[in-house]
Amino acid sequence: MFEYAPAPESRSIVDLAPSYGLFIDGEFAAPADGGVFKTVNPATEEVLSEVSVAGPADVDRAVAAARRAFAGWSALPGAARAKYLYRIARIVQERSRELAVLESLDNGKPIREARDVDLPLVAAHFFYYAGWADKLAYAGYGTTPLGVVGQVIPWNFPLLMLAWKIAPALATGNTVVLKPAETTPLSALFFADVCRQAELPPGVVNIVTGAGDTGRTLVEHPDVNKVAFTGSTEVGRQIARSVAGTGKRVTLELGGKAANIVFDDAPIDQAVEGIVNGIFFNQGHVCCAGSRLLVQENVYDEVLDSLKRRMAQLRVGDPLDKNTDIGAINSSVQLERVRALAAVGEQEGERWSPPCELPGQGFWFAPTIFTGVSQTHRIAREEVFGPVLAVLTFRTPAEAVEKANNTPYGLSAGIWSEKGSRILAVADKLRAGVVWANTFNRFDPASPFGGYKESGYGREGGRHGLEAYLA
Amino acid sequence: MLHGLPGVDRVGAEQRAAMLGTRSIKTTAKAEAIDLAIRMVDLTTLEGADTPGKVRALCAKARRPEADCPPVAAVCVYPAMVPAAAEALRGSGVHLASVATAFPSGQAPLEVKLADTRAAVAAGADEIDMVISRGAFLAGRYDLVHDEIVAVKEACGDAHLKVILETGELGDYDNVRRASWLAMDAGADFIKTSTGKVPSAATPPVTLIMLEAVRDWFAQTGRRIGVKPAGGIRTSKDAIKYLVMVNETAGPEWLTPDLFRFGASTLLNDLLMQRAKLRTGHYSGPDYVTLD
Amino acid sequence: MPEQRLAVRKTYKLYIGGKFPRSESGRTYLVDGSNVALASRKDARDAVLAARKAQPGWAGATAYNRGQVLYRAAEMLEGRRAEFAALGVPEADVDAATDRWVWYAGWADKLAQVHGGANPVAGPYFNLSAPEPTGVVGVVAPASFLGLVSVVAPAIVTGNAVVVVAGDPLPAVTLAEVLATSDLPGGVVNILTGSPAEIAPWLASHDDVNALDLTGVADGELAVALEQAAAGTLKRVLRPGPGADWAADPGLGRMTAFLETKTVWHPKGF
Repeated sequence: MFEYAPAPESRSIVDLAPSYGLFIDGEFAAPADGGVFKTVNPATEEVLSEVSVAGPADVDRAVAAARRAFAGWSALPGAARAKYLYRIARIVQERSRELAVLESLDNGKPIREARDVDLPLVAAHFFYYAGWADKLAYAGYGTTPLGVVGQVIPWNFPLLMLAWKIAPALATGNTVVLKPAETTPLSALFFADVCRQAELPPGVVNIVTGAGDTGRTLVEHPDVNKVAFTGSTEVGRQIARSVAGTGKRVTLELGGKAANIVFDDAPIDQAVEGIVNGIFFNQGHVCCAGSRLLVQENVYDEVLDSLKRRMAQLRVGDPLDKNTDIGAINSSVQLERVRALAAVGEQEGERWSPPCELPGQGFWFAPTIFTGVSQTHRIAREEVFGPVLAVLTFRTPAEAVEKANNTPYGLSAGIWSEKGSRILAVADKLRAGVVWANTFNRFDPASPFGGYKESGYGREGGRHGLEAYLA
Repeated sequence: MLHGLPGVDRVGAEQRAAMLGTRSIKTTAKAEAIDLAIRMVDLTTLEGADTPGKVRALCAKARRPEADCPPVAAVCVYPAMVPAAAEALRGSGVHLASVATAFPSGQAPLEVKLADTRAAVAAGADEIDMVISRGAFLAGRYDLVHDEIVAVKEACGDAHLKVILETGELGDYDNVRRASWLAMDAGADFIKTSTGKVPSAATPPVTLIMLEAVRDWFAQTGRRIGVKPAGGIRTSKDAIKYLVMVNETAGPEWLTPDLFRFGASTLLNDLLMQRAKLRTGHYSGPDYVTLD
Repeated sequence: MPEQRLAVRKTYKLYIGGKFPRSESGRTYLVDGSNVALASRKDARDAVLAARKAQPGWAGATAYNRGQVLYRAAEMLEGRRAEFAALGVPEADVDAATDRWVWYAGWADKLAQVHGGANPVAGPYFNLSAPEPTGVVGVVAPASFLGLVSVVAPAIVTGNAVVVVAGDPLPAVTLAEVLATSDLPGGVVNILTGSPAEIAPWLASHDDVNALDLTGVADGELAVALEQAAAGTLKRVLRPGPGADWAADPGLGRMTAFLETKTVWHPKGF
């Protein structure tokens, strides 16, 4: 037998302070009312640090700082803004190992993914939008920035979602107040230090930490011109409602229940990799996760056998081990949600997980599939946001399309087939903002990302991503 | 049948192979992997300039690569060198592989190929590394390729048959999968990537496709076929990546010299140097492992 | 003495699914001496149903074909100049509306080239972004006839179907008659006359409406209420702007507001 010895990435590269203030106007400052919360490592439940809660007075200060900075920042030549962003991109590259370990510690994601996916994409995103800063006149959306942007991001890709938000906002001449997720505030606070290293003018980027209340205060602040949110559809609805009549611009990147459609002529081995990557990447904490597998009935057994065999290879455990494929669930709250929906799934379909030993401490959930699921089942309709796959079948391409579209969501979809005309026709008919054919969960700063229907509106990435930040 | 096999998406296959290449094999796992890799080496010399003297030296190295080190799996030579090698390996347990069938091009009449095979076996080879007729394969003459393998297998008698697909000449991964199935169906005991005589030799994705093929063949027939990447594998790090791929594709049952081999020459010394590093705690150098 | 011919009057009805029904409620209201159908929430519901039914076929038509159909509508509009003039629409407005219709017709097979394109991703992938229609759009139209054309044409040229709450009923129903005699498939444009305050909330809260154009909402409070209701299913909302200058170059905004960008990835490799 070939047992891989533990191969832990050293965490000594990350120097964590016992507590962090808010990053406002270029300085770390204590919150006005002194509120703090703890952020923990979800793999061990160890407290990593203490973080400030930004109250209304703090958010107000942050917005005011961003407002003051806006005049100067928006008046800079695009080429100068570009250089700041290039600096940030480079610093992120140079510090990528440190940031990857930090991200893994605070989020629970495998170091392999933080190192090979998150961090390279963060740097790439800043590089990409840096180049736009002095070329806006050619993009087709005008060159006038909106002003102060309030951004609220989720915990699944903390630093990457920050990059998706901050890079285009700054390139277009806006200033930013960003609130990272309650359970993953640390990489945003480290990013504040990256901004200082880059000598970004004070107030251009402000980071306010806290929970939902802080986010709501920011979104509803009267001096915020634009709101950008990534998170749940429920919160997205509240935001859309709360900005009604204010004239604030909004972009929302919300939930999904993506269909991953496997046709009988699929390249089976790659399809199985795509299914696994689709739902188990980042513990399934991915809004565009391929959480509904639609398999053509005549290859169902073959695909399921291969999938189960492949799932048995997944290595669940210490996120800092370089060989870990599936890390920890991000929080106890999320673990409870996943468990609750899985319990519902158990009444609806047949539950299967490979044998795998979960650590005693921390928040863990084994990779799980439910077979025998139908469209009416909750496990096929509700976003689990965890490593849980619902497996359904179809008989014809038309039925596959019908089932894939039969959801209020419309963020992403997958198609596996070796027949070009079929891929193109199905891709045409799927109501989803991103369609991956013979691949899944690929991201690139040049490629627009965003949803149809209740998965939100607006696009992030690419030339399209500039539109949200220009008047 | 061959065109009914599922297709291979090149990008996806290469990504999977690359991902497996990121596995971090350290400490005890690395030590075990290196010893296993040494036992899987088909120590090879296939040069026009090979002489009995050169082959004897190679055999000595094969029997005992260094002190306290297990022997390699086999020595692999041209048919003309088989008698010298047989003599040098007698009683060692190291297998003797001979390339045959008009290696490396395979462009000879079947009778010549069969005579080549029989001669090698008669001279003491217990493993035959044959080449398929890539020309016939690419022309769609699968029946001809199949029949040749069947005939060579018969000529092998008790000797094990490794079928070289020469994947670098097959054009794409779909053909690698088809050729793998064709060879297994015709009676191959092993499928092997390359002759080492064309620019593109063994690569991780090609080997991945072949490992998937033996895995699926086993699922269908209950028979385990071996895989031998050959050519271009020079470092311990590379070898370990292949072992990871075997482990996570075909499965741990394939982690034995009976089912997985490395066709290599310089790889052995790198394995020995890494082995020394793990034992002594410091790095070794080329003068501390033997030539050959 | 020759007998003076008695005129045949027009009955102003709703336009739903290519037909001209009365309001299911049986209600009418008086506009400039004519009885006009007073649409109810059920008429709105029927119009959404008709729009949803027609939309996939319309979106699935070739862009060239959609352009041709819209151009045909402009031809019909040109032929009815007198009729609109008789309703008090300034002739310059009718001409401008016809020209605008032609302008948008030409965008049908060009917008995807301007608004989409290939994305140079860092990997062996074909990656293409293309705009697609959002689906069913509820439109509260402005009273201006040029305004009406300027909100309907950009919404449908890309493949959406619309349910329009008319701002000025008589020209709107006459436009419906123009569309009914062009080659536009029934249901792509549906026109309701009546009270925006009564009808529009049903469109804003309808789960099967994908987007709202509030351009013609004059009442600020109603606009906010509609935007709030639209949040329920995260409809795309085009808010009423500061007094629109319908004569100005409209730009792409009214088309792109009701488009989704779909990005398709496929590996490249043999």
